[in-house]
Amino acid sequence: MDSRAGSARRVTVSPRTMLALFVGKLAAVMTRSLGKGGGTSLPGLLATRVQPHLVRELASQLQRGTIVVSGTNGKTTTSRMLASILTEAGVSVLRNASGSNLTRGVASALIARFDLWGTIRSEVSTFGLFEVDEAALPEVVELVQPSKLLLNNLFRDQLDRYGEVAMVARLWSKAIARLPAAAIVIANADDPLVAEVAVNNSECPLYFGISSVPDKGSTGEHASDVKTCPRCGGPIEYTLVTLGHLGHYRCSNCEFVRPEPVVCAENVRLRGIDGSDFTLAAGDVSASVHFPLPGLYNVYNALAAAAAATALGIDMSQIATALGNATAAFGRMERLEVDGHTVYLALAKNPAGLNEVMRTILQSSEKANLLMLLNDNTADGHDVSWIWDADVEMLAGHTGQVAFSGTRAPDMALRFKYAEVSDERGGKSRIELNTEAGLVHALAGLGAGEVLFVVPTYTAMLDVRGVLTRLGHVNPYWEE
Amino acid sequence: MRPTLHLVHLYPGLLNLYGDRGNIITLQKRCAWRGIELRVHQIGLGESLPPDPVDLYFMGGDQDREQTVVERDLRERHREAIQNHVSAGVPFLAVCGSYQLLQQYYRPAEGPELVGLGIIDAYTVHPGHDVPRCVGNIVVEWEGGTIVGFENHGGRTYLQAGAAPLGRVIQGHGNNGEDGFEGARTGNVFGTYVHGSLLPKNPAFADLLLHLALKPRYPDYELEPLDDSLEATAHDAAIRRARAMRG
Ligand SMILES: [Zn+2]
Repeated sequence: MDSRAGSARRVTVSPRTMLALFVGKLAAVMTRSLGKGGGTSLPGLLATRVQPHLVRELASQLQRGTIVVSGTNGKTTTSRMLASILTEAGVSVLRNASGSNLTRGVASALIARFDLWGTIRSEVSTFGLFEVDEAALPEVVELVQPSKLLLNNLFRDQLDRYGEVAMVARLWSKAIARLPAAAIVIANADDPLVAEVAVNNSECPLYFGISSVPDKGSTGEHASDVKTCPRCGGPIEYTLVTLGHLGHYRCSNCEFVRPEPVVCAENVRLRGIDGSDFTLAAGDVSASVHFPLPGLYNVYNALAAAAAATALGIDMSQIATALGNATAAFGRMERLEVDGHTVYLALAKNPAGLNEVMRTILQSSEKANLLMLLNDNTADGHDVSWIWDADVEMLAGHTGQVAFSGTRAPDMALRFKYAEVSDERGGKSRIELNTEAGLVHALAGLGAGEVLFVVPTYTAMLDVRGVLTRLGHVNPYWEE
Repeated sequence: MRPTLHLVHLYPGLLNLYGDRGNIITLQKRCAWRGIELRVHQIGLGESLPPDPVDLYFMGGDQDREQTVVERDLRERHREAIQNHVSAGVPFLAVCGSYQLLQQYYRPAEGPELVGLGIIDAYTVHPGHDVPRCVGNIVVEWEGGTIVGFENHGGRTYLQAGAAPLGRVIQGHGNNGEDGFEGARTGNVFGTYVHGSLLPKNPAFADLLLHLALKPRYPDYELEPLDDSLEATAHDAAIRRARAMRG
């Protein structure tokens, strides 16, 4: 019996939790009035100092359950698609802001939706959808006690933060061990590292994967992070490589093999920057998807969202419709109009991601104008050596104007020099450490109606968004 | 005469963690731009070395599981040939994990000690996973000026009497964070923790390797200087960035 409309409030939380909510809400009001990026992190940070169990207490009140989404690439895009599937199915969704994917970000999102008495502000039952940093996963899972855990992929990223890919796999095993007994693990069958974690730690994972891509074969890329079997260290063989180390694999030494996925994308046909077409299938139900986001990496994100929605009992045709209306998360091949030019913002923060972005650019443009933005701040990873593992060589002969910006612009310029990719307008490739100056110069160098591809790392993307916001071309990201 | 050099790249599929491919690309291009042909022989697990001549060896970094697999293959298949080559002056560049494999032994945080090739008179001890790794930008002073790059290693390396350091740490940790040394040089064998990648931003180091590789079979060949202004820009910018991020 819910007596929310009445005057007598049923207080379900402790005074300490109410104090934490008060502190968090105050911090949110103050950061917002100071215009400091929407307060997606500080409220949670302060409130959990007051009440360390805050997240557990609030998350346990989400009656529809919760899902925690993790993976090196695609957390935001996947969460965004899952949220729109659920919203269209009439489910109220509570999400943390992208980029605020540690415990404090989850706490901030909860604080914003609960009132000071610890009651959720919603007329319908609410589902919690939290995207979480790979390394923060054990802690967040322990606190949130989610009913679903979605593991999308495990790429080499920010090695200086996490040590190595194998260490993240160990953290994920720990996270699965902390799940409630009835929880479902949803895992990417095509990623051997994810599959090995899922198969070893979960009784009956729900797998998703790409069944067939007519244009792809078994050749790997240099960006591949996995050369040996995660179980025995023997050589691993592929009959299909979709991207990076993802695909159809089998160990030639032990019994380790790609698990058979339940939710599949069949017959994936890429349409360049315009997206792809595929058949979404689960068991004997299927639906065709005319998917507007580019690249196979986004097909994986769509599949991840579809698998989670399937586990939540959403209808396949409803899922397919929602995926057909998907829009890019900010900076993920996001299309903007700036001063009469079309500008694409395409985040690339590791070799596999950069390869996919470059492939998409090549499919859509004969001579691409590029602004490469390489930063080495903490959220980007301080180590920029990953750029040497990306196959920049594929751009040779296909570029127009090429410019470099960001704290490590000269490193990227050097990568292009050794790939023999040059500014084919004849000029010397411009290097500009300052992002704003780099963007202004790149736009000024374009001919009438020309397209510019801006390819930033994470903090460089925030920088360039900041510049575009100031110039009035986009909304601040916290308003999305 | 147009020289042809043979580079042996050991375990490229297994040891390529920190952009090691950048080192090979750099050697290839710096040869091609001078009309030198560089043939790269990629040698994987269970494969044999190419027939002589071998002019240069490269071996990259790794993750720990892969190191045990490599260690056995390296010792059982190639130890003798590599020892013969390096004692005849063939240069060898080993980065991160393979720097450790060329030493006397490696004592991991847990599990048995790994015997190395013993070509570099040094040993490495991993102090345990609760001790912070040596991570960050690194600047080293050596005979050719400065070396810049990035280091990321758990193990601490201690040089013994038979090995000279590659250089002195100006910023960063280097071999062990205690004695101020980075890397090792024994004859023409170079071991280092610097990646990032190492050679693109340190063209003097790349050219030293090529010079040493050419010397036995093409003693009179002089390396033509290249336009390294972009390399210098990136090198200097990396030093400034390393300083800025220290605080
Ligand atoms: Zn195996």
